[in-house]
Amino acid sequence: MAGSFDESGADLELVGVTKRFPGFTAIENLNLTIPAGSFFALLGPSGCGKTTTLRLVAGLEEPTAGRILIGGKDVTSSKPHQRPVNTVFQSYALFPHMTVLANVAFGLKRRGMANAQELAHEALRLVELDHLASRRPVQLSGGQQQRVALARAVVNRPALLLLDEPLGALDLKLRRQMQLELKSIQSEVGLTFLHVTHDQEEAMTMADTVAVMNKGRIEQMGAPEELYELPRTTFVANFLGQSNLFIGDVVEAGADAITVDIAGLGIKVPRERAQRHAGEVTIGVRPEKITLLTKAPEAKAGSNVLGPGVVTDVSFTGVSTQYLVQIPGLPVITVFAQNMAFGPLVELGAEVWVSWAVEHGFGLADEPGPEPKFAADDDTKTIAVQRRQRLEDELDEA
Amino acid sequence: MAFGAFANTGPDLSAAAPRRRSYIALILLLPGVIYLLATFVAPLVSLVLTSFKEPGGDFEVGEYVYAFRWENYAEAIGRFGEIFLRTFGYSGLATIFALLIAYPLAYFIGVTLRRFPLWQSLTLILVIAPFFISFLLRTLALKAIFADEGVVVSTLQAVGILGPEQYLNGTAFTVVLGLTYNYIPFMTLPIYASLERLDLRYVEAGGDLYAGPAQRFWRIILPLSLPGVVSGMLLTFIPASGDYVNASKEFLGSTSTVMAGNVINELFFQSFYPLSAAVSILLMVAILIPVVAYVAKSGSEDLL
Repeated sequence: MAGSFDESGADLELVGVTKRFPGFTAIENLNLTIPAGSFFALLGPSGCGKTTTLRLVAGLEEPTAGRILIGGKDVTSSKPHQRPVNTVFQSYALFPHMTVLANVAFGLKRRGMANAQELAHEALRLVELDHLASRRPVQLSGGQQQRVALARAVVNRPALLLLDEPLGALDLKLRRQMQLELKSIQSEVGLTFLHVTHDQEEAMTMADTVAVMNKGRIEQMGAPEELYELPRTTFVANFLGQSNLFIGDVVEAGADAITVDIAGLGIKVPRERAQRHAGEVTIGVRPEKITLLTKAPEAKAGSNVLGPGVVTDVSFTGVSTQYLVQIPGLPVITVFAQNMAFGPLVELGAEVWVSWAVEHGFGLADEPGPEPKFAADDDTKTIAVQRRQRLEDELDEA
Repeated sequence: MAFGAFANTGPDLSAAAPRRRSYIALILLLPGVIYLLATFVAPLVSLVLTSFKEPGGDFEVGEYVYAFRWENYAEAIGRFGEIFLRTFGYSGLATIFALLIAYPLAYFIGVTLRRFPLWQSLTLILVIAPFFISFLLRTLALKAIFADEGVVVSTLQAVGILGPEQYLNGTAFTVVLGLTYNYIPFMTLPIYASLERLDLRYVEAGGDLYAGPAQRFWRIILPLSLPGVVSGMLLTFIPASGDYVNASKEFLGSTSTVMAGNVINELFFQSFYPLSAAVSILLMVAILIPVVAYVAKSGSEDLL
């Protein structure tokens, strides 16, 4: 490894990885394969185990069980400095006693690269900071530090680049800009990126593949569009964007679609988009797929209708307007409507029907529990995880 | 920047505070200024004046009058030049040994025990525990341990490390050992203060960037704890250079281990006040030169 770069990115494979901390399990039997050259995002709320996963891959934590393979080589028991992996830390962790250039050249020098200085300058040019090479990190803005941290990791051409919420500290505009920059750097250098974030928008914009993590497990994995359009679990449906979810019994399971009884109305969901085809099921539809109607529509094949209901809230968000519709016997339904005209489509308190095409519905795999329909995360383990996360965050800040 | 050496690690955020002219701060400073004037500046002036005095007309012992007798300094250098060199040799060695012992200790307390605050407090108390016993008593105890008929010496003689007529007390070995031992807490505490706030994420980042354990120490941990190391070395070297207990005949030394402090002490009690004052000032200047050079160098480069 010393003295030369890896040819390209490498596959990352986690096999049955479990990590237990005293008192709780952060990751439970995680199996994951990230193909070489892909931009992979691990998405989840704080305490879901995504940062622990990253630290396991970097070698900063040791798994309780399981194996980690990079490019087919077992690295489970090798030390961080022996792994072909570099990390962009959430806190950047730029060495305060070195110049920007020395920071970027650090890894190259440790690997005995002869032309460390030139390569470091080149990496700084990539992030457009070469003119600040002789400064100390404290003299840079947050966005510049972030780019130095990125250059310091990318310059080593690691088989695998780990990004630990590196954009968290940046403001929205800078974050957008950095997202695009990261993406272009990734395609330029062809490395495998593993990006950990709790920002669903960030994950969807940047990654080829997104894995949604919850409570130490991967709930669902796939391309961003696929995850969004066809969530398989309640958690994914709610964490990735918003969803209107309904619970009801399957009354008819046809060849193309299943019909679910929702408040006395038969709602159809395409068979291949439903995970369960019998018994009590949860079905849903995204808010922007719903149309608001002011008159009771004609019953029509290929569309579902619920109503009548009352508009209880109208909020203008710029591109679209969000309406909340209360239909007796159902949870509040959220509807997004594009602002194609000035002013809202319907006024507050108006009587409306909601309608969506059958093909936009999805059926979830979760076993709908009794009450409450969406269980609060208040079991001991979750609380322990969240406590720990909060504590760690506090420590990080301190 | 000289006093930056005593500051803690990490960027100083207070520097960003708005500058406001405040008379309250000056008033609060007053007691300290008065104290320093009375106990440092006035004696220093008196010391300088004394160092140029010459014997009084009636040649009685201890009778001196104000004059400008610079020959006092020539005499001090001529008679005690070798002792000055020995002084800096001994205190330099003691500083290095104290650093070698104190750094791992401070690292253990400040980093390894970080997750166990109770143990951290206990071990810190152990570091300063020697102060609960008088400095003189502890040094006398060392003398007893290395006594000519003691277990240590007889064992070393038995295994042949020491010859039958060789002893430890009164040698450079015991003097340097005594100096090292007595100043270890002064070395440990500032280094601990630096290491205690060392952000371990830098060390993790170093490991992530292919630095092995030794590289992580030399390139990250040591530079980041340098302010503590500089303070600790100054706090050890300066008082050790002026120390007159360890090297004295009554304690761990002998006539062949005399240090500058012993010379000053003896000349003073023999009433050679001007010469004693001249040696004091020479010692002070001789300490100041390397210290200022050292602080200026470390201050300009790696002290944050």
